[in-house]
Amino acid sequence: MIGIVGFGSYLPRYRIKVESIAKQWGSDPEVIKRGLQLFEKTVPGIDEDTITISVEATKNALLRAGINPLDIGAVYIGSESHPYAVKPSGTIVIDALGIGPDVHVASYEFACKAGTEAMFVAYSLVKAGEMKYALGIGADTSQGAPGDALEYSASAGGSAFIMGKENVVAEILFTNSYTSDTPDFWRREHQYYPRHAGRFTGEPAYFRHVLNAGKRLLDKSGMKPEDFKYAVFHMPNGKFPQMAGKKLGFTKEQLETGWIVPWMGNTYSGSSPTGLSAVLDVANPSDKIFMVSFGSGAGSDGFIFNVTDKIKDVQDKAAKVRDMLDHNQIYLDYGEYAKYRSKIILNE
Amino acid sequence: MKDVAVIGVGMTKFGELWTKSIKDIFVEAALKAIEDAKVDHIDSMYVGCMSSGLFVGQEHLGAVMADYLGVSPIPSTRVESACASGGMAFRQAYFEVASGNSEIVLAGGVEKMTDGADVTEALATAADQDYEVYQGVTFPGLYAMIANAHMHQYKTTRKQMAAVPVKNHKNGFNNPNAQFRSEISIDKVLSSTLVADPLRLLDCSPVSDGGAAVILCSLDVAKKFTKHPVIIKASTQASDTIALHSRKSLTTLNSVSKAAEKAYKMAGITPKQIDFAEVHDCFSIAEIVVSEDLGFFEKGGGGPAAENGLTALEGGQIPINTSGGLKSKGHPVGATGIAQVIECYEQLTGQAGKRQVKNAKIGMTQNMGGSGASCVINILEAL
Amino acid sequence: MISPKYFREIPQRYRLEAGKCKKCGQVYFPPRLICPECKAQEFENIRLNPEGKLLTYTIIRVGSDIFSLQTPFAVGIIELKDGVRVTAQIADVELDRIKIGMSLKLVFRKIQDEGASGLHCYGYKAIVI
Repeated sequence: MIGIVGFGSYLPRYRIKVESIAKQWGSDPEVIKRGLQLFEKTVPGIDEDTITISVEATKNALLRAGINPLDIGAVYIGSESHPYAVKPSGTIVIDALGIGPDVHVASYEFACKAGTEAMFVAYSLVKAGEMKYALGIGADTSQGAPGDALEYSASAGGSAFIMGKENVVAEILFTNSYTSDTPDFWRREHQYYPRHAGRFTGEPAYFRHVLNAGKRLLDKSGMKPEDFKYAVFHMPNGKFPQMAGKKLGFTKEQLETGWIVPWMGNTYSGSSPTGLSAVLDVANPSDKIFMVSFGSGAGSDGFIFNVTDKIKDVQDKAAKVRDMLDHNQIYLDYGEYAKYRSKIILNE
Repeated sequence: MKDVAVIGVGMTKFGELWTKSIKDIFVEAALKAIEDAKVDHIDSMYVGCMSSGLFVGQEHLGAVMADYLGVSPIPSTRVESACASGGMAFRQAYFEVASGNSEIVLAGGVEKMTDGADVTEALATAADQDYEVYQGVTFPGLYAMIANAHMHQYKTTRKQMAAVPVKNHKNGFNNPNAQFRSEISIDKVLSSTLVADPLRLLDCSPVSDGGAAVILCSLDVAKKFTKHPVIIKASTQASDTIALHSRKSLTTLNSVSKAAEKAYKMAGITPKQIDFAEVHDCFSIAEIVVSEDLGFFEKGGGGPAAENGLTALEGGQIPINTSGGLKSKGHPVGATGIAQVIECYEQLTGQAGKRQVKNAKIGMTQNMGGSGASCVINILEAL
Repeated sequence: MISPKYFREIPQRYRLEAGKCKKCGQVYFPPRLICPECKAQEFENIRLNPEGKLLTYTIIRVGSDIFSLQTPFAVGIIELKDGVRVTAQIADVELDRIKIGMSLKLVFRKIQDEGASGLHCYGYKAIVI
């Protein structure tokens, strides 16, 4: 049995509401909230980035896994906002956690699905018998351009998954990926903000890849939507995952626990991984979980998990996503948000 | 060891001396001291300066100043101990005379802080770089933490702290060399900009340029130059941990109490016998804590003492900082320790004008570096 | 160019590695070569418990250039459970809610940037628990 041995998440405490951003640009917050199905999003502190988020998320995952960090053979971090363009985020994360130096480290990027890539590769190495444990993290502090629609949703946060063969809490039954050259959203080197192709990001991009990856996953496994207790999809906003779920035959109830975007925003590479973490926080033995991510450019990674009876031993060992979302929030106004997100120009 | 006397003093005005370089400032002060002492040569010199490297890009100050003072090839030694650089230069000069190694020695101090360097960053080198400054703490921040701890433990109030700069400005008003010669009120202090809570702008000594120098020689020789030599009864030094967080107590400056203990012993006197003191008021709270650690008041008594005028020039039990202190006189870091000695000398020779303490016989200087990691104390007596 | 010094400080800044005197048990952070208390020169490498209490603090309103965008921020001296005291920023808290005696925990944060092209410098900050 191979799968998740420990899982953990970290969300910054800062938030900004849709109202505050709408007020800044003279837009109607109610229209936006209805359209995106999103109320507020997480904002990283000035002292937080993909690396610090990855460290704190992994600390939670280690609390649940109960393993010696030195037994982790690989650390992969998927993000769109790696702090360095050249120097993998993982090098700092391993030293912060006391992992290594006999460890393989790499950074992954594929827009919002870099996190599930890191998870897939970590899982595959353990499956191949290369190492006892491997860590896959999805974390981001991505930016939305000021005044752009993405500014309402681009948020910060991440989740970490330790893959292994012993004391598995969620077995990985099936995986598959679906990828093509679909230029819906990209960022050129040296550009500060990404660009997107408007409505083209919907049907030809998100839906084509998520639905195809989803259908192929169901075919491969021979399972039907009714077999699953939970379904988690990439959440660029509140609407898209609900529409995708419905099209694949899932119900609103199946999506509910993992549908955390209205309070969290879109944590990009942390999006579906944190949805998964929220589900694992409350899941029961023998629950089946269906998960499909999406990364612009474009591609989707799909996973089917079977929760084991070991899950109950670990859920309470670290902080839970719902608690992070519902408590200790610190709300910012737009000026504070702009300062924290370095949108204010200063001399070098 | 021989008895050592101070026979002459000289200093520049303290302030923003835009037209004078660090060399101009030191040489001006040194020449005034040499002239005041009426000596025709010096055998050795000491230059106290905290950070000419960071402020003006020039190190090797011993050589630079000997050169520009025109006294090469005499030995010239740069001494550094953050804000206690001047006091420490003085103490080194004292030993060179006391040991009989040299007869006439100049002890000077200088700092040029207004040439555009990041002053906060330069001053922070007096703190623990890797465990205090790296974290974002500033120098005022360290004293602010001492203030908060002192307020928490001894109920010292903001008003009591404000009484210190008010008193020092009142004294500095009568000091022709002071950077600020203007009186301020408690309200003005309490409404000035916050720098590091609870410290406000007027709790903090300013950024200044300035130089000061004194001439020392043995007591026997001193009588040839002046009828009023001032004898050095004690010159002591003590160190403490560099980081504030490593101290045994956050509200007691151990380097001060240890150096003071040794100084009283060396001079054979008690705190009650000190007629006046020049104390290192880099921040208002510093004067309060130091006045306790020098033994003038019990722990926690420094605040009420300042508030009730016990350290005032007029009617004070122990006038502190008659010169105006660092706050009003200015704090060109390396020069401060020497300027404190100069104020003592002027008091003890009856030359302090409107700042004169009546019957001033024994004075004390207390100079410290960083958040109290080093402290130099001198006790001087009028003969 | 701060790489060598930054690299040397990693065990302390990232993992809170301290030295415990083998003779008298006193703990030092950062580790030292000689124990100021008993003068012994042998130490055991330990990792500090990140939890502690706030002994004193201040709010920095005028910082050095590196921290100019972060002011105002709180900084305090925290006594950790191992008896060691550290100076650290207090993050994620409304400044007027900070009180001496608060329980805090050290977490991994970015402390400063070496300009626009230099290193990201990480370390510990305290959060309220």
